[in-house]
Amino acid sequence: MQSASAEIVACIPALRRYARGLTGSRDAADDLVQDALERAWSRMALWQRRGDMRSWLFSILHNRFVDRVRSQRATPEDPPGEDEVIVPVRATQSDLLEVRDLDAALARLPPDQREVLLLVAVEQMKYEEVAATLKVPLGTVMSRLSRARERLRAILEGRETVSKLKVVK
Amino acid sequence: MNAEATKPITEADMHGYADGQLSAARRLQVEAYLAGHPVEAARVQAWMLDNQALRGLLAPVMHEPIPVRMPLAPSRVALPWRNLALAASIAFVSAGTGWIARGTVDDPPPQVAQVAASRDAPMPDFAQRAAVAHVVYSPDVRRPVEVRADQEEQLVAWLSKRLGAPLKPPHLTAVGYELIGGRLLPGEQGPVAQFMYHDAQGQRLTLYVTREAAKSGETAFRFAQNGPVNVFYWVDARFGYALSAGIDKSELARVATAVYDQLESR
Repeated sequence: MQSASAEIVACIPALRRYARGLTGSRDAADDLVQDALERAWSRMALWQRRGDMRSWLFSILHNRFVDRVRSQRATPEDPPGEDEVIVPVRATQSDLLEVRDLDAALARLPPDQREVLLLVAVEQMKYEEVAATLKVPLGTVMSRLSRARERLRAILEGRETVSKLKVVK
Repeated sequence: MNAEATKPITEADMHGYADGQLSAARRLQVEAYLAGHPVEAARVQAWMLDNQALRGLLAPVMHEPIPVRMPLAPSRVALPWRNLALAASIAFVSAGTGWIARGTVDDPPPQVAQVAASRDAPMPDFAQRAAVAHVVYSPDVRRPVEVRADQEEQLVAWLSKRLGAPLKPPHLTAVGYELIGGRLLPGEQGPVAQFMYHDAQGQRLTLYVTREAAKSGETAFRFAQNGPVNVFYWVDARFGYALSAGIDKSELARVATAVYDQLESR
């Protein structure tokens, strides 16, 4: 219990990174993380070292994300991932185009595939940890990962057309 | 005959290969398979590049200051201060950064308290303080250091003057860590220095340098674990050093060796 609090705080940058990849938007991502953190703090007493803190927090974030995706299906006017294009501060001029392509391609993956790909590629979770975090069988993780990679490749190689990017102000 | 050796290569193995999640034996088998199958090899290669590109795309988020609206503690919990040095450090942070003050005043990070009050590891005082300083400062996104690496000359001059001995941060780019900067901290009797580094993923490590340890005599490389923080520490003729990070022991040992080698060669 003692270290749980600091472990939660230490996970915030990674949670924000994951949420940014999921939503493609800084505001939407931070809404998600804030929401997940509030839930985590209020449930911290329930956590009681029952497992890995990172998995637990990413699970909470995942649940918030799923809720959000569901509610957005009901009100489709503001799809995630299309309201803003991430422009990393460190990218050099020549990198920008590629970065936007990748960002747009990522936004085009179905949410469940995007989740698995980000957890594996960016958060570098073991497949078993991804399965535990998303509460799905290992086989499902592998098939989503495989489909995510195929689709991402197809989009990036131009085998699937990417919708025109909105202009960044 | 080994059962694994005859097991056919699956697509899952190829993903496992791209993500570095195979056993060493299986990895070699997949490697051998890919060597003879250029089409599959190209696919795996593309996945690995995509992994890298995705990490690169999102890496800047790790360095952004945590927005004020993020709750950094449960709404109302008060724990007693465990340690004067800790209180001093927190006051330091509070004075500098409003957002972390909100979290820490409400609830001093229990991880810090745990590290400060830990009795499982027989660490020397300076290594203990280094671990505390690491958990206090390394999550600080907005102001992890007082003087940033782009003013390295000033940093070196200032810390050398305050510690009363020439002191230079080692360069760790060869082992994948870049200097963020440094700060001055209170030790047991006087000032100590803390240098902070990060890798491409934003993983931070801190090097704590003190003159207070030297009187206890030189020691070889020692390892200690304190809660989530791993620490390598050693003492040479002039300084005591403690390298702390939340990374695993072998990775930390690699960096500690690089630090040690550079200091020795001076």
